[in-house]
Amino acid sequence: MTTTTTVAGTTVDLDDEGFFTDPTQWNEDMAREMAAEEGIELTDRHWTVVRFTRNEYLQKGTGATVRMLGKASGVPVKELYQLFPKAPAKTAARIAGIPKPRGCI
Amino acid sequence: MPDTIEKVSIIVSKGSLEGIYPALIMANGARAEGIEANLFFTFFGLDAIHKERHEHIKLATVGNPGLHIPTMAGGLPGVSTVMTHYMNHKMEKLDIPSIPEFVEMIADTGCGMYACQASVDLFGMEKNDFIDQVQDIITVGEFYEIAAGGSIIFT
Repeated sequence: MTTTTTVAGTTVDLDDEGFFTDPTQWNEDMAREMAAEEGIELTDRHWTVVRFTRNEYLQKGTGATVRMLGKASGVPVKELYQLFPKAPAKTAARIAGIPKPRGCI
Repeated sequence: MPDTIEKVSIIVSKGSLEGIYPALIMANGARAEGIEANLFFTFFGLDAIHKERHEHIKLATVGNPGLHIPTMAGGLPGVSTVMTHYMNHKMEKLDIPSIPEFVEMIADTGCGMYACQASVDLFGMEKNDFIDQVQDIITVGEFYEIAAGGSIIFT
């Protein structure tokens, strides 16, 4: 189910878990607003993760899992869970305006 | 019953490659979904957190019909080593971490790690034998206290 909603003053399409279905609708103001809704104020470290997972999606068709983020984003796993306390890969993907990452590991 | 899973406690009782990985994948996957998770290592599962043994976890080639090799062949010297090597190689290609790396990563995700007191006593082990990520050696009663309010998965 896709629902149309307004983020940072613009109309966007989100799926029922709050992920963008069309990543081209996303911009950085939306990222800040969506992060704030999760109680997160985006620092440079957050942005490193958000940009990394968005790039992964644009290049490979799926956002990064926690393992991939820990290995390649430059932010170690422990810190990922401090930056995005609940579910780092999912939260970062939501903020980065991409669909939910798929991957078992 | 709530329609979401908020907490899981996973028991690892086997010391083979195919006995350990599923539990680790489930624990890691739980944390990735934001689910609280604990791993409880018992019996041969203790090898997964044993400093000297966790790098040498082998695939069971005897009594494992899923491998589709004759039982007699599975027991020949070196077969387990070769099959383990082959499996590890395939997993590496898929970017699945080795057991020591995976356990460390899962601990970093905030998953609890515990060793079973009865098994530790049985095998004559001590806290020092285990990797630093192991929080404690606990009794079965303490395990149930830690697991309270969540699902328990036995592997």
